[in-house]
Formats: sequence, C-alpha cells, structure tokens
Amino acid sequence: MASSYNAKEEDGHHSGASSGAGAAKNRKPDNTAFKQQRLPAWQPILTAGSVLPAFFVIGLIFIPIGIGLYVTSNNIREFEIDYTGESSNSPCYSCAKNVTWNSTEPCFCTVNFTLERPFESNVFMYYGLSNFYQNHRRYVKSRDDRQLNGDPSSLRNPSKECEPYRTSGDLPIAPCGAIANSLFNDSLVLYYIDSNNSQSEVPLVKKGIAWWTDKHVKFKNPGGNSNLTAAFQDLGHSTAKPVNWRKAVYELDPSDPENNGFINEDFIVWMRTAALPTFRKLYRIIQKKPGATPTLPSGNYVLHITYNYPVLSFDGRKRMILSTISWMGGKNPFLGIAYITVGSICFFLGVVLLIIHHKYDNRNTSADIPS
Amino acid sequence: MPCSKLKGICVGEENWVDSRTIYIGHKEPPPGTEAFIQQRFPDNRIVSSKYTFWNFIPKNMFEQFRRVANFYFLIIFLVQLIIDTPTSPVTSGLPLFFVITVTAIKQGYEDWLRHKADNAVNQCPVHVVQHGKVTRKQSRKLRVGDVVLVKEDETFPCDLVLLASSRDDGTCFVTTASLDGESSHKTYYAVQDTKAYNTEKEVDTIHATIECEQPQPDLYKFVGRINIYMNNEPVARPLGSENLLLRGATLKNTEYIYAVAIYTGMETKMALNYQSKSQKRSAVEKSMNAYLVVYLCILISKAVINTALKYVWQSDPNRDEPFYNQRTEAERQRHILIRAFTDFLAFMVLFNYIIPVSMYVTVEMQKFLGSYFIMWDDEMFDEELGERAVVNTSDLNEELGQVEYVFTDKTGTLTENNMEFIECCVDGHVYVPHAICNGQVMPDAAGMDMIDSSPGPEAREHEELFFRALCLCHTVQVKEEETVDGIKHGIHQGKSTSFYISSSPDEVALVEGMKRLGFTYLRLNDGQMEILNRENEVEKFDLLDVLTFDSVRRRMSVIVRASTGEVYLFCKGADSSIFPRVISGKVDQVRARVEQNAVEGLRTLCVAYRRLSPDQYQEVCQLLSRARLALQDRDKRLAEAYDLIEKDLILLGATAVEDRLQEKAADTIESLHKAGIKVWVLTGDKMETAAATCYASKLFHRNTQILELTTKRTEEQSLHDVLFDLSRTVLRQHGGMTRDTFSGLSGDCTDYGLIIDGATLTAVMRPGQEGSNSGNYKEKFLEICRNCSAVLCCRMAPLQKAQIVKLIKASEEHPITLAIGDGANDVSMILEAHVGIGVMGKEGRQAVRNSDYAIPKFKHLKKMLLVHGHYYYIRISELVQYFFYKNVCFIFPQFLYQFFCGFSQQPLYDTAYLTLYNISFTSLPILLYSLMEQHINMDILKKDPCLYRDIAKNSLLRWPSFIYWTVLGVYDAIVMFFGAYFLFDNTTFTSNGQMFGNWTFGTLVFTVLVFTVTFKLALDTHYWTWINHFVIWGSLIFFVVFSLLWGGIIWPFLNYQRMYYVFMQMLSSGPAWFSIILLITASLLPDVLKKVIWRALWPTTTERIQVGTNAGRNGELLYKIKKIFFLIVLWVFWNNCCN
Repeated sequence: MASSYNAKEEDGHHSGASSGAGAAKNRKPDNTAFKQQRLPAWQPILTAGSVLPAFFVIGLIFIPIGIGLYVTSNNIREFEIDYTGESSNSPCYSCAKNVTWNSTEPCFCTVNFTLERPFESNVFMYYGLSNFYQNHRRYVKSRDDRQLNGDPSSLRNPSKECEPYRTSGDLPIAPCGAIANSLFNDSLVLYYIDSNNSQSEVPLVKKGIAWWTDKHVKFKNPGGNSNLTAAFQDLGHSTAKPVNWRKAVYELDPSDPENNGFINEDFIVWMRTAALPTFRKLYRIIQKKPGATPTLPSGNYVLHITYNYPVLSFDGRKRMILSTISWMGGKNPFLGIAYITVGSICFFLGVVLLIIHHKYDNRNTSADIPS
Repeated sequence: MPCSKLKGICVGEENWVDSRTIYIGHKEPPPGTEAFIQQRFPDNRIVSSKYTFWNFIPKNMFEQFRRVANFYFLIIFLVQLIIDTPTSPVTSGLPLFFVITVTAIKQGYEDWLRHKADNAVNQCPVHVVQHGKVTRKQSRKLRVGDVVLVKEDETFPCDLVLLASSRDDGTCFVTTASLDGESSHKTYYAVQDTKAYNTEKEVDTIHATIECEQPQPDLYKFVGRINIYMNNEPVARPLGSENLLLRGATLKNTEYIYAVAIYTGMETKMALNYQSKSQKRSAVEKSMNAYLVVYLCILISKAVINTALKYVWQSDPNRDEPFYNQRTEAERQRHILIRAFTDFLAFMVLFNYIIPVSMYVTVEMQKFLGSYFIMWDDEMFDEELGERAVVNTSDLNEELGQVEYVFTDKTGTLTENNMEFIECCVDGHVYVPHAICNGQVMPDAAGMDMIDSSPGPEAREHEELFFRALCLCHTVQVKEEETVDGIKHGIHQGKSTSFYISSSPDEVALVEGMKRLGFTYLRLNDGQMEILNRENEVEKFDLLDVLTFDSVRRRMSVIVRASTGEVYLFCKGADSSIFPRVISGKVDQVRARVEQNAVEGLRTLCVAYRRLSPDQYQEVCQLLSRARLALQDRDKRLAEAYDLIEKDLILLGATAVEDRLQEKAADTIESLHKAGIKVWVLTGDKMETAAATCYASKLFHRNTQILELTTKRTEEQSLHDVLFDLSRTVLRQHGGMTRDTFSGLSGDCTDYGLIIDGATLTAVMRPGQEGSNSGNYKEKFLEICRNCSAVLCCRMAPLQKAQIVKLIKASEEHPITLAIGDGANDVSMILEAHVGIGVMGKEGRQAVRNSDYAIPKFKHLKKMLLVHGHYYYIRISELVQYFFYKNVCFIFPQFLYQFFCGFSQQPLYDTAYLTLYNISFTSLPILLYSLMEQHINMDILKKDPCLYRDIAKNSLLRWPSFIYWTVLGVYDAIVMFFGAYFLFDNTTFTSNGQMFGNWTFGTLVFTVLVFTVTFKLALDTHYWTWINHFVIWGSLIFFVVFSLLWGGIIWPFLNYQRMYYVFMQMLSSGPAWFSIILLITASLLPDVLKKVIWRALWPTTTERIQVGTNAGRNGELLYKIKKIFFLIVLWVFWNNCCN
C-alpha cells in the first residue's frame, strides 16, 4: 500500500549511493512484443452490428427454454394445506392454543383434504414454516459442527457458539445450539380414505430426505452407530438432551440404528438452515407404486398430526405440502417466465438494434472516419 | 578561552547560530584572537536507513497505519476482534495482514540494503593526516576539522574545503556525476595561502580556522572564510563554492589533494539533498478519494438504516427473541444503547467490503508495474544518448493523459542545445568561418570570409581585441583525454587530442568558432591563458579575475593582463545586459546585426571591453575581495560589486550561434496542439530569438496573430491599457467563435499567439497598490492567455517560470499542467507543475533528478502523452470504476438479504468467499486489464492526436459516469439477489426433492456475481492478448476449482462445515444452471445495450475510429454474415406475421 511512496524516497537514496554513470551502458530496452505492448491481440468491438446476432440468438434460445420450463413447472402437481390452527374453526385450534414449547403432553388433531387430481410418480411430502427466521444470525451460528461430526471432545465441551443452549445444568447438551434445540417435532401421518370410507395409511419413507453427504460424512455419531446410549450417556461424561426436546438424541429413531442419533435424517434436514423466513423442508417421500396406479389417487385424505410445535407465539404458520417433482424440481413458474421475458426483451432489442444499425451505424462507419 | 569553552559545553542551545567555526587539524587558534563558539558536530556516519533492528516493527507499523485506508481497515479489524460480528476477523484481517506484511517485508529488505550500503560507505577507509602522518580511519569516524588526503578517482568522504593539491596551481578536477549527473570535469581551487602545503608534514603545520555557514542543501552555494594564523597574525581569505568539494563527487586528473572536513555525515550537502520532494497527487487519485467519501457515506447510511430498521422490527419481543432463538443472559443484560451501537458496528463490518483493501493494492500495483512500459518503450530510447525514459514516480502515470497546458523550456528542450558558431560581427563587419564543408570542419583551415571588407586601422584594433576577448572571456577547460562523456570536440593540436569542455555549450561553440577564425585557445597554465594567434604565435595573458556568469546579470567578465602589462576587462553577455553599459562603439550597427540574427533564431551575445588603469584595477580588486569575504549576503554584495565593475564598456561586436531545433520538435508541438493541449514556451532567451524558434517549431503559424505584451509596448501605453486592448481584441474574436466552439479547431478563425516578457509579467503579477486592480490584471491576463493557442514568455527568470505555472494552475478551471525542461533553471517549474518532465539534455541532470518523468528528447513527449498518458488514463479510470462497481455488486445483495433475515447481520456469503472475492477471484483480470488494455491501436493514437480530447477533463471519472457504474452495480445486485430469491422462494429445485439452505442461496448469488463481474470486464476489454484470456478464464476456473475443493472436504481446522458439498449440490441441480445463465445474461444486458446504443447514436471520436479500423479489418466477412442473418430474420418475421 504505502509501497510506492516509499519506493520513491528510496530511489533517491539509491541513485545517490550507487554511481549514476556506470549504469548508462546498454540501456536499450528489449524489443519484445510484451515490453513494447505489441502482443498480438484480438480486438473485438461491441457495435450494434456485431451484437445484433447475439441478441437474436439469445432471444431464439431463451424463449423455447422458457416455454419448456414453464410447461414443466405447470405439469407439476402440488397440494398445500395450512394446519396451524389460528382460527377457531380450524381442527388444530385447540392444539395451537395449548401447545407451548415446554408442554410435555402431545396434542393430536386431524385435517381432512381432497386431492382433485391424482399424483403420479414419486410424491414428496414437505412441512412448511412461515415467519420462522432460521436465517437469523444468532440462530445460524448456534451449532457445533465438530460435535455433530462425532468429535468426542466437542461432545463433552461444546463450542461457545451454542450459548445459551450449550449446557443444561452442568451437563453439556448434545446436540447443542439453538438450531438443534428447536427441532421440528410435529409428526404427520397421511391416510387415504377410499370409496368405502375405510382409512388406509399411505406408506411414508423417511430415508433419502437428507443430503447423502450430510448423512454419511458431515454428521456422525460419537463412537459409531452401535450402542448410542452408551456413547451419549456413559462415555466418561454424560450429556443432556436439548432443553426443548422430549427425548434424547439417541432416542430419535430407536427402531433403526442407521437413522438414530446425529444421523437421524429429520434432524439433518432441520440442521440445514433455510435461506428465507418462509421455507419448506422435506419430510417424507411417498414412493411410486408399481404398475399404473397413481401414487396418490384423487380422493379424500386425512392428515393425522401430532401437534408439538408452537408457532403462533411468533405469528408463524405451519403447512403440509405434497408435491411431485420433475427434473427441474418443484413447482416454480418463475424460471420459465423469466426466461421468456429475457428472451423476448432480447429479441425486441435485437429488432431495435437492427433499426439503429441501419440508420446510424452505416453512416458512422462510412462517412465519419477521419483521415 | 575559558569562556568560549564554557559556551562550547552548552552547545545544545547554540546550534541555531548561522555560522560554524572549524579548527583545521583540531588546533585551537592562538589565544586572544577571537572567542569562537566551539560547536559539536555529528560524526561522518551516513544514515540513509530509516529503521534500526529494534524500532523496525513499531516504526514501520506506525508509518503504514498513518495512511487513512490502512487505518480504516485496522479499525474494522479491531471492531471485528472486539465485538461479536457477522464475519470472522480473518476476512478483513487476512488481507490487511497480507498487505501490511508484504509492504513491511519490502521496506525491511530495502532498509537492510540501505544498512548494508551505509555500512560499506561508513566503514570504507579514509586517509587522515594526524601529527604529520597519514593514518587510515573508518569513514564514519571522520570528524569536522580533520585534514583528509584524497587520491585520484577516490570519492570525497564528506564535504571538504580544498587546502592543497598535487598540482602546483592548487587546482583539482572533480566530476559530480553521481551528485547532479554532470559528467564534465569541474575545477576547484585551493585556498591561495595554503596551496603550497602539499605534503602531509607541511599540511599538519597549517594553523587556521574556517568560519562558514551552517549546512544547507544548495549544491552550488557556499560561503565561508578562512583565517590563517601566520606568526599569530590572522589572514582572512574568502571561501566559496569553488573551494568546496562535495561528498559524492570524485577526484579526477589530480594525483592527490589535502582538504579539511567541514560538513560531515548527515550534514553534507548530498545528505541534505535526499529530502523527498513534495507529494504530487493525480486528478484520478482525487476523484478516487471523492468516490471513497461517497461510498463511506453509503456504507454508514446503510449501517444506520439497517440498525434503525432492526430495532423497529425487533420491537415485537416474539420477533426479537422467539422461543427457538434466545439470547444469552449476558447479552440481555447489556444496555440497549450499547447493543444498538454494537449492531451498528456489526453492520459496518458486514458492509465494509464496499471499500476494499485490495483496490489500493491493485491501484498501486497497476501504477508501479505500468510504469515499466514507459521505461521499456523502445521508441523512447535514444540511440545517441544511450538513454531511455526514466520514471521517477509512478503516481502520475494517468495524469499524462490529462494534460491541458504544456510549459516548455526552449533551449535544450525545443532546440538541441548543440551550438554552432555561425558568424560574428565586429563594429558592423561580419565574419563567417568558411571552413565548413558539408558540415565538417577542415582541420588547420584557419581563415575567414569577410562579407563586409576594408576595415580601417581602428577597426583592425577592435577586431584583434574582439577575437582575443572571445578567446579569453570564458570558463572553458581543455581536456586532453577522451574519457569524458560530456561535450567532445576534438582539436588537433600537434600529437595529442584535446577537447574543450564547459558547462555552457555556447562557450564551447564560441571558442571553437574562434579557432576556425584563427585564434586557438590552448590552455590555462599557471594562471596564464595561452592563445595561438593567426600568426601561430603563442600569446599569454594573466588571468586576474573571473566575474562568473549568472542568470540575473546575464553576462560574465574576465580581467586579464596582457603581456604588454595592460589590464583589460572583457565582458560578454546578452545584448540587453551589455548595451546599457556601453559608452562607445558602433552600437547601432551592432544592434542592427544582433536583431537581424535574433529574428533568424540565432543566439546572440555581445562582447565589450574596458581598459583598466592600475588604479582602477586596484579599486576593482578591493571591491571584489571585500564582497567575497562577506559572510552575509555575499551574493548580493558580489552582484553589487560586479555591477560597479562592469560599466563604461566599449562595444566590440556580437556573435551569433545557432541552436538547431530538436528533431521532430515541430511535429510534436503540432500534435500537442491538435490534441487540444496549449503549449507555452518559457525561456530566458530574448524575444526575437524565442519568437523565431516558435515559428520554426510551428508554435506560431504564418497566420497566427501575434499579441505582444512586452516592455516595449508598456513603455508606450500603460500596462492597464495594453491589457484591456488585448483582451478586447481576443474577446471580440472569441465572441464570434462561441457558435462553433464545439467543432474544435475550426480552420478559418484566427489563432492568437501571445508574447510576454519577464518584466511585464512581473508588472502583471505585482500585487497592486490599489488592491482591486491587481487581481484584475491577473484575471485579464489569464483571460487573454486562455484565448490564445500559443503563448511565448521570454526573458523569464527561473522563479518566474514557476510563477506562471502556478498562475495557470490556480486559475478557475484548475487545468492540469505539465512542465518540461532540461536545465537547472527549469527545476522550479518542473516541481511546480502537476507533471514535471525532465529532458536529458546537456545542461546537467538537475532537471531529470527533480522531474517525475525524464525523457531523452522533446519528441518523446508526443508518445508519452498521446499514447502512454492516454492508455494509463483509460486503464486506471476503468480500474477505479470497475472496482467500485464490483464491490457494489458484491455487497448490495448482503444489504438486501438483511431485510429477509431479521436485520441480524447474517452474511450472505461464506467467509472464504468474502475474503477471497477481492483477493483472488476478481483481482487479476482487472489488474491485467489495467496493464494491457489498448482500446485503440498505438499507431492510431499517435497519428490522430484529436483522440486525446476525448479523455480531457477527467471525462471518464466524472460524476455521471460514476453514477452510471454505481447504478449498474446496484441493478446487477438486485437482479442477482432477487433472481436467486424467486428461485428459492418456497420450493425445491432438485430432482430428488431435497432442500437447499441459506449457504446454497449465498453460493448461487456469489457464483452469478463472480461470473457477471468477470464477463462485464471481458465486455470492456478491447485488447485480448493471451494474457487476458489466461487471466479472465483462469480466474473463473480458479473460482470453480476452489469452490469444489472448499466444499469437497471436511476441513479439520474449521469449526464449521457449512460449505460442505454446497457448491456441488448446487451444480447438480438443473434449475441452478439455468438461473445462473439467465441471471448473468440479465445482468449484462443493460450495459451491452447502453454501449451499443451510445456508440450508434452519440459516438465519440474514439469510438468512430475503433469502428472504422475494425470495419476495415474484418468488415467484409462480418458484412456477409450480417446480410444472411438479416435475411433469415426477415423470413422468420414474415412467416410469423402470416401465421
């Protein structure tokens, strides 16, 4: 930074100290292309004429892409239902009123809904939260990735970033931090009501909802997946469960040791903090049935909710979303519309430029080149 | 003496006294003579190093953090350390640390080199005479008063007063090449009374004290007095700069000398001259600082807005602390004001990247590296001198592209300063040496053509005197070797070859001319000047005194005694300084001839003499010695003495010497004119000569209407009237011209050229008696000047040159000025102007040393300004604008993100991205752009100087373009942020239904950002060398590779793994690719459109020429492609419409 100023003073010193006359020999600069600034170069110039084709090409490429994206997006089935229960006529009203984050008793409610059209292929079930600031700075940093990676020392002594969810009493919390502490703990079960009014449970797959790398690399249980209880309880020091949790981390999914503790997929999904205050997270996958039957045929469904998660205190909303997925993900008309818009603008500008080019560019190039 | 000793002890307070007393050989003066104040002097240690081992770190840190930018970054870093901030201190600490360390290492290394050099100098052995013997001492142990023995080709260890030399006449020859670059030998004189003491034993017996002024940096000034005690009787002798041997100079042609040390160590004139020059700042730097202030305001207001909004938003406790996101107890306890202030600081930290450290680094690197292209330029290398352009400061590169006024010296700059004797005229009879055949001097052909023959006997006498006067009245030395690099003119004289050497080329030309006319100056031997006259007889004259030349008197004299015993004073000088002192002689004839010669552009000198009677001579001697002994105001008293002596002269004649124009001087000036630069010639020469040069160099054209503002006119009219007259003339024309001012140089309107002389200028500049009037004069003068295409200022003293530059600099428009000159008399204006350029001429190296840039010849100015200046300006303005632009793009999305994360200072990008964005992802392309860019070919720039007007007045860094760039940055940021926002809006965009988090969001924005910003630069690049390709595509590839790596591994040293696989997951999603492409296109669209439309509708000259050359090159092919394309488009349209 200050170099050049100082260099100057130094130049003075040096020229004084060294003999000025001696250096006069052979001072002819090298005649290289680089030193003479004559490197061969491509010298493009943006003129109306030269960018014209680009505009048309962009227009011609973008518009079909946009149409394709838009059509794809429109073909996606999506169904969304809000089960927060803030209004008195909603089925979860009483649950919403009674549940607080430290209530011990679960509250149950059911929501009925109808799918007008059948959902083909795999259906993805999301829960959505609104007005929930998972991207708040205090929240985002309140985690200990070392602990989640199974580091025993971090398990005993979690990072400072986890405050105030670092210790409970004298015991370190595992998993520590605000993110883990506020794990979404509603459970959703979907029943199909067939024509003779009998409810059949829709099979929900809980595997494959988290990133593969998260599940297998980033998140690890301390001391392997076997005997989690010992790892969290006895390994010299025992750990406490997060304050808001009803059960400890090693009881998240006792049935499946590959989905328990830190590598529980619901937990991993929750730990990837959302970008915006209104977000959805993948909850379950409804696998496509073999044969031609749609995954979710049209008809009546009932959603059984174990209502544990309070959101009304911060004016939040909870939703359940069912969505099919295309190669470009869920329903999002934005990309298609944007492509069509930009493409048409380019095309339009191309026309404008064509006019300009014919009116002005030729005049400029031919008439006004000074000798 | 006790009292003097007592005083000597408390020297601390005595240091201010303006003279010092030195005891030669440390011998106390005989008691009772005078109570000298003995002072303590520093030892002869030279310390050019800045730091010692111990103080390096604190002092260097202090120096570095004194710069505002560094200090700002330090503060940000400290804030990050102290409070809980969104980004880790590493993000700003690392770049700062890097910059500081690199600078410190560089400075440390340079300082170490200096220490080494200092040590080498300080420890080199010096011969000192002690007790009649020569002993060796380390140089640093030398003390004031030591008597030093210096041998041939040795460098003087400190400033010395010459006592005696091996030569009998007590002279020695010295070259000061390493001090001021003048390689000619200069003669120094020993004190007359001590010159006989030339063995160490004898020297040791000298008993004397020296009184002299305290050290001062002027190399050419020294006043002192030596008191020699012979038989306890003090004899005082004057000491002047001719007795003072300066440290750094080298003894030549003299076996050895004895001298006494008077200034040592850091008090030597060499050391005092190392004071750095005042800092010049370029216009670009000024606008950059203005932008910085704007951005600082933006930064602060962003932080304030966000802080305020945060507290509004947080007023609801459920938002402030929802159950899932509680504060710690300690945080809750904190007072709200402290919290708010911390939040403000945190926002500052989050947004501080908008003023990036790297910009300063890049700008300085660009300037430093860029200046090498000037030095490397083959076209600015001069075969003859073997010199290339020199860059003394790289801070002003871009200022070369902004020059509006060029102030040039005439002699040596416009002209070659290679004098040739043309003719002389004695009493109106003209003599021309005829021995010039095809420009070559025929040896031994001493003869002449007399154009106007038949001189009478009286004229014959005058003729003889005239030739002798020219042979005697000079300070030329005869050098009998050819090792000198200076001015070489061989004279064949018997066997040995000898040269005339002088610091003034005029004198050499005159002496040579005399030789051709038959009078050869042989040598100065033992105080006798020997001349070989036309009859091949040697005439000897005792040289009694030399009244040296100075630029105020503009004449010099010698006093000689002929062998007949008559004493003559020969005086030679400018006509204006001779004629008023002449009492007889054919003044009119000579004056007519002088004027005629001056009109032809020749340099004329008049020669006069005065015969001194013995009484007069005594009087003169007294006058001179009295003045020379004076310690105070010696210069003034000498001038008065000279004034008294050089009077009652008898005019002999005049000489004419031609100073040829530098090659391509006219072409250069014409180009500068076309480039819209006003060229002023400032010279000390007389009006007619200067005007002739101006015509020759096309500064004035045949149809230029010359306005004169000279003493001659102001004698007739009052200055007031003249000024108003002129301004009326000029303005009338100007009024008619306003209509087509924009068309630039319209051919038919008359150009005005102004000639002003020094005396009138003084009158114009003089602070007026009536107060109001003087300012009026200045303004009137400026107004006239502004409307003249060329101005010639003649009869200028050096300081007046600087005054003129200052006057223009301070005028309303604050134009950028450039001063170019080659001599010591141009130094003041070179230092004063925005850009000072030294020409490596024949008048020594003073100008070069003080300049910002030095070029071998005047003609190189054309390339310097039109090509290098233009390029540097284009490059650096893009650099500055682009840097701000890319950081707006970078930071504005973070600002927008605050609205969606509860104003919690959550950064959008990962720490690594925040840190490396400016350091590695986007830094190299712009740096290389700013080194390589050539928007137009070099040859076209040279051929078409008009293009220079396109960048005049800092046009690329004006507020409108700054606002355009900023708006573009904000637009791009909005496109990127909201593009990603809508893509993420409550949906998934993977084919396996999995969701992305906030870091993917940031990474998406960042990826678009890096690509957009790099492509934007690619669109601006007009000159794609392989280096540009390599750097632009290379940094994009580097970004991708880095991101893959950064997310590909669980980094053990990080305590978060937020980026793990984020980048790869993002790339595995199709819509992410689509949106990246879309957002990049959408971001670049408006800029491309703006460029194209502006180019089509309102093209600048530059753009027209770009298109023109481009069309010429590949227009043919392009035209065909376009034609076909046009047809296709039409066809598509047709089909669409029909359907």
